[in-house]
Amino acid sequence: MSDQDISTDLQERVCAAAHQPTAVCIRGGDSKAFYGRTVAGEVLQVGGHRGIINYAPTELVITARAGTPLSELEQALAAHRQMLAFEPPHYGEGATLGGTIACNLSGPRRAWAGAARDFLLGCRLINGKGESLSFGGEVMKNVAGYDVSRLMCGAMGTLGVLLEVSLKVLPRPEAEATLCLQISDSEALGQLHTWARRCLPISASCHDGSELSLRLSGTQGAVDAARKRLGGEAVSDSELFWQRLREQRHAFFHTQKPLWRLSLASDTPPLPLDGKWLYEWGGALRWLISEAPPRMVRAAVEKVGGHATLFRGGDRDGAVFQPLPAGLLKLHRNLKQAFDPHGIFNRGRLYPDL
Amino acid sequence: MNRSVPSQQSASIDKPGLLQALRRLVPDEALLDQREDLRPYECDGLSAYRELPLAVVLPNTLEQVQAVLRLCHGVGVPVVARGAGTGLSGGALPHREGVVLSLAKFSAILDIDADKRLARVQPGVRNLAISQAAQPHGLYYAPDPSSQIACTIGGNVAENSGGVHCLKYGLTVHNIQQLKIITIEGELLTLGGSGLDSPGYDLLALMTGSEGMLGVIAEVTVKLLPIPERAQVILAAFDDIVAAGRAVGDIIAAGIIPAGLEMMDRLAIQAAEDFVHAGYPREAAAILLCEVDGTNEEVSAHILQVREILHAAGASEVRTARDAAERETFWKGRKAAFPAVGRLSPDYYCMDGTIPRKHLPRVLQTIEELSQQYGLAVANVFHAGDGNLHPLILYDANKPGELERTEAFGARILELCVQAGGTITGEHGVGVEKINQMCSQFASGELAQFHAVKAAFDEQGLLNPGKAVPTLHRCAELGAMHVHHGQLPFAELDRF
Ligand SMILES: Cc1cc2nc3c(=O)[nH]c(=O)nc-3n(C[C@H](O)[C@H](O)[C@H](O)COP(=O)(O)OP(=O)(O)OC[C@H]3O[C@@H](n4cnc5c(N)ncnc54)[C@H](O)[C@@H]3O)c2cc1C
Repeated sequence: MSDQDISTDLQERVCAAAHQPTAVCIRGGDSKAFYGRTVAGEVLQVGGHRGIINYAPTELVITARAGTPLSELEQALAAHRQMLAFEPPHYGEGATLGGTIACNLSGPRRAWAGAARDFLLGCRLINGKGESLSFGGEVMKNVAGYDVSRLMCGAMGTLGVLLEVSLKVLPRPEAEATLCLQISDSEALGQLHTWARRCLPISASCHDGSELSLRLSGTQGAVDAARKRLGGEAVSDSELFWQRLREQRHAFFHTQKPLWRLSLASDTPPLPLDGKWLYEWGGALRWLISEAPPRMVRAAVEKVGGHATLFRGGDRDGAVFQPLPAGLLKLHRNLKQAFDPHGIFNRGRLYPDL
Repeated sequence: MNRSVPSQQSASIDKPGLLQALRRLVPDEALLDQREDLRPYECDGLSAYRELPLAVVLPNTLEQVQAVLRLCHGVGVPVVARGAGTGLSGGALPHREGVVLSLAKFSAILDIDADKRLARVQPGVRNLAISQAAQPHGLYYAPDPSSQIACTIGGNVAENSGGVHCLKYGLTVHNIQQLKIITIEGELLTLGGSGLDSPGYDLLALMTGSEGMLGVIAEVTVKLLPIPERAQVILAAFDDIVAAGRAVGDIIAAGIIPAGLEMMDRLAIQAAEDFVHAGYPREAAAILLCEVDGTNEEVSAHILQVREILHAAGASEVRTARDAAERETFWKGRKAAFPAVGRLSPDYYCMDGTIPRKHLPRVLQTIEELSQQYGLAVANVFHAGDGNLHPLILYDANKPGELERTEAFGARILELCVQAGGTITGEHGVGVEKINQMCSQFASGELAQFHAVKAAFDEQGLLNPGKAVPTLHRCAELGAMHVHHGQLPFAELDRF
């Protein structure tokens, strides 16, 4: 498929849907259909709206249409030794830029480099009235108006159809290496927090229940020096290891049981929930494979001030995301109303009445 | 000189009734309503705009803040939150029929969690105080506005402030994890969480940079970073400002993200030199200050590379600070640049546009031409790494017409930034100052969407009314020609 601009088309379709009103289900590459709550509605294919519009390596910015395949974007960046530093998971061949931003999913580097939302500079979107609007821009610093672009990150398409996205990009590190230490989960948490207070070029961590893998990124000298300081065994194919982890092709993820994603304070002690655990992001992200009742998972997580997402499997019509306190839910409803007054976009994908 | 303040009318207020009600909510000394007591609050760092509020309240508990907001909400009185009042866009300018809500008494650092690398602080804590409190743990708070000894973290969140180090470490929005806010209805809400993300919409981001329009920031949890093992700064002099601009792109193209990358032009260099004697080359057309930090090995490698790049880019001189003391000296001139320029003329006006870096030479050239056209000198001191310009226009407010000329010149600079694909404000906010330029940056659809966002939080429009987002009507009256998709702007409004 080649680059094309179908924004006029998309805008007309949204206007028509708003007029009826009919529910619209926004679809990019369909790689993340498993994620979020079940959604009904007429499918709006945005995958055809694709192509890189502007890429200026020395400006550290790339702008592309939302349907652009993530892989195409990453190839373009790699040619200039640059990258999306939030290492977005694809979860399928068709993953698009728009879907990546709408889900705000980030990979192993997130705890050190930032999430998708941290790299978003601007976007163009169609709101629920069918208006094509542009927020933010292509510059690093911009405080004109409310930060509407970042609000789209993680909104799961409930506030608008993304048309174009501008992201900050970063140089790839000169060198990377992964080392592996045979320590328990609690020991790993302790170690990670000691290291976090030092100036070390750590860029990813993973504890799979039996061992801790740690990635180092930076200049060759910095990586070599840190390897000496930290010890452990070298992992031979560093890149492949983190890529498999990011794409959930690591053996841990081979399961038919529900997969939970827990976001917690990094130093939370191991939680008393039955199941298999894998820790990333220095302890702040924890994957749990468990058939424990959702109630129980949520209660355990709430107790330590975190939140849990039923990432894959389980009841997709139930509460997939952690329920919001009343005050926040009210603001969410007001914002939904502000962007999508007829309630046409991805109804219920995030929460039942958004 | 006093600028008129846009749209400050509201239903007439029963002042004695309001004061009486406020007195029941806060201790006597926390309520100011006498003219002489209100004076210190009449403006922020943009002193051309002044206005006296009905009253200033300085609560010291969150319950008091909630009660004050509930009261104001109930009787429809505008509320303007205020931190240290160092803002440069009139964001904290009082409303003449409203209350100023000062957060100055909330100055406690509640908790430093070295393991999690977080600091939980009250909104009135000064930016620098956080790094000072974190220092014994080997940690610091990265965003460092030049005003950091005075400005508050609440103000930083409200403006999404940046600093010299945001090229590598990001703005306020990248360095906070949780906020407690109080809505205009007096409800206390927590945004963000104890993990790295939270469920639902990213209200943490939306609140950051919202200029006191969506809620009052009541508590901030900031992320701390380990103090780098080593930081080193290079000073490079150029005979030609275009070459200096190109060198900035060359460093980034080489895959290096410096901790800071600042540029000063000749007028700024000379002013700084006369003021603090930093040893800058007075005859240079521009200097670059490039700081790299990180591990020992990383800094060694990058310093070598940066030096080579700067030489290759035509620098007439490249100096590396030999020790911490010399590093301080290199930075001293940059940090004192605003007051140094302030010594050159009775007044100066600081602009804050951002442009894609590749347009630096063209934009600087045009600013120079405009400077001659308006007969007003300009010094440029700016965050070159992220294209954030701070042209300082020198003027004398006592000379009739000069302030007006300065503002007209400033407006031209901002429009130039928009035309270059940039923005009218990189870090100082819109406030009252740039409300008209918002009409050139955004079309009516975007502005209407901003108003809808505002209404989602504050239906009656009581929080900081008249700031940050212009009414469509105002833009139509200004006749700003923002051509959007080939359509005439504000086609839905009557023209006259
Ligand atoms: C010499 C000088 C240098 C500066 N350098 C920089 C710089 O390098 N980078 C930069 O980004 N800025 C800079 N500034 C601008 C200014 O310091 C920042 O905008 C700062 O964040 C303002 O903080 P403050 O506490 O003074 O806020 P104020 O000026 O009191 O208020 C600013 C805005 O925030 C709102 N506000 C304040 N507190 C709260 C709260 N608790 N809840 C809700 N809203 C609130 C106000 O209503 C207002 O709209 C500089 C200013 C000066 C005078």
